[in-house]
Amino acid sequence: MPVYPALAAAGFRRWSTYRAATAAGALTNSVFGALKAAVLTGTVGTAGTVAGYDAAQAATFAWVTQALLAPVSVFADDEVARRVRTGDIAFDLARPVDPQLAAWATDLGRAAYTLLPRGLPPLLAGLLLTGLALPATPAPYALGAVGTALGVSVSFAARWLVNLTAFWLTEVRGVLLLYTVLATLLTGLTLPVAWFPGWLQALAAATPFPSMLQTPVDLLLARATGADALRLVATQLGWLAALLLGGRVLLAAGARRLVVQGG
Amino acid sequence: MAESTLAAYRAVLGSRVRSQVAYRASFAADLLANVGTGVSEFATIYVVFSRATTLGGLDVWQACLVFALANVTFALADLLLGHVDDLPTAIRTGTLDALLLRPLPVLAQLTTSDVSLKRLGRVAIGVVVLVVAWPHTGVALDARALALLAGALCGGTAVFGAVFVVAGALQFWLLDGREAVNSITYGGVTAAQYPASLYSGALRWLFCYLVPAAFVAYLPVLALLGEPGPAGLPAWLGWFCPVAAAVAWGVALLLWRAGVRHYTGSGS
Repeated sequence: MPVYPALAAAGFRRWSTYRAATAAGALTNSVFGALKAAVLTGTVGTAGTVAGYDAAQAATFAWVTQALLAPVSVFADDEVARRVRTGDIAFDLARPVDPQLAAWATDLGRAAYTLLPRGLPPLLAGLLLTGLALPATPAPYALGAVGTALGVSVSFAARWLVNLTAFWLTEVRGVLLLYTVLATLLTGLTLPVAWFPGWLQALAAATPFPSMLQTPVDLLLARATGADALRLVATQLGWLAALLLGGRVLLAAGARRLVVQGG
Repeated sequence: MAESTLAAYRAVLGSRVRSQVAYRASFAADLLANVGTGVSEFATIYVVFSRATTLGGLDVWQACLVFALANVTFALADLLLGHVDDLPTAIRTGTLDALLLRPLPVLAQLTTSDVSLKRLGRVAIGVVVLVVAWPHTGVALDARALALLAGALCGGTAVFGAVFVVAGALQFWLLDGREAVNSITYGGVTAAQYPASLYSGALRWLFCYLVPAAFVAYLPVLALLGEPGPAGLPAWLGWFCPVAAAVAWGVALLLWRAGVRHYTGSGS
């Protein structure tokens, strides 16, 4: 098997071994989905609709974002930062595969694995507790699949880039927590970005965060169709290219700084 | 013996506190990120009330009181006991075995193992929201209000502390499923931040009675406002936050003891 698909398959298998952890995560995603659905439908309340969402669509938004939370991996992990701190990153640089493409392939494998076991339970809970307002035609699902793959990729590229600040900062816990805080709000994980006041929508639009989660959900729930949908996908592609390029530049600069201690 | 034990705890706690502020830049980043967590949680309230005038029967300032009480108490409990949920790491690496050998209760040792001062960032956000929102709610700051507030703050911190201990104890059984307990810890504070009147069915049962999250903020605020409360959740329950805390601690300590007895060593 060519190397990058093999890495993606390895990522898939690696995550499939943590069955109890996956079940625990799915349970937590579902409980938070129920809380979110209650707050979102409570906000729509007697008003009828908020920014184009009625109560059923607001609840559906809550469940679908919870279903995609794990595949997209909204919260930052510190895997690469740890490798930078310990010097293990030197091994990645020495291997005959591109470190960024290898990590991307592995992350796509991880996302592919988490999609069903982490995604189905919140959707099932939603179906039982509030019902789901899903589109009846196939096109939104196809667009949603493309948007999700791109969302996962944009999220990967951003997390990889932020992790590489470890070359300069060494201790990146605060930076990663700050990233997670921003991502939680601006990806649309807590509330639809369309509900934000104008200035906060503008702020979100200036970051790659909405491309990670809000866009896949907008495509999947047919909130964006036709030219709008294409514009969203183009935005995702733009952020993906920019973040991947930024990551490459940062890695090259970091590698020049890297001093591997003997031993 | 009691005095020397106390002195030992003081020395340990002092060293933990000093160790955290030793790396100033890292501490500042942590503190900032924790303020950010509070701000981001508050942003949800802000966005919701930019779209609706009431949420679950509360207006924006009343909802701010609920948010503030939930966040201050959770952050204080997290500061004191939050890292008990690192127990699986202590079990996997074998450090728990070392704690078991010492002549002090394991829970007390874990409690003093890391007092995360960075959590003060989130406490600060809650206090600011409380102080700003209070005058707008028209609630007089009299003896009755102070008694309710003190009961909610102390009781709420104790409730979340007990929730952390329960979450820790469950991990003696759930090693690989540690994320499940986030449902009651982080789920608990998320639930406590909003009017419990929003929840129905299993959710209300879970976050009003099983995890007494509604007792921490929503019910005391209803009692403060003199509101009657929704069906099944009378506002006078707001006075019972300390009682809920006592019950929660009873359950937590029993579960913790059962967990320690269940523990058979990591073999590492």
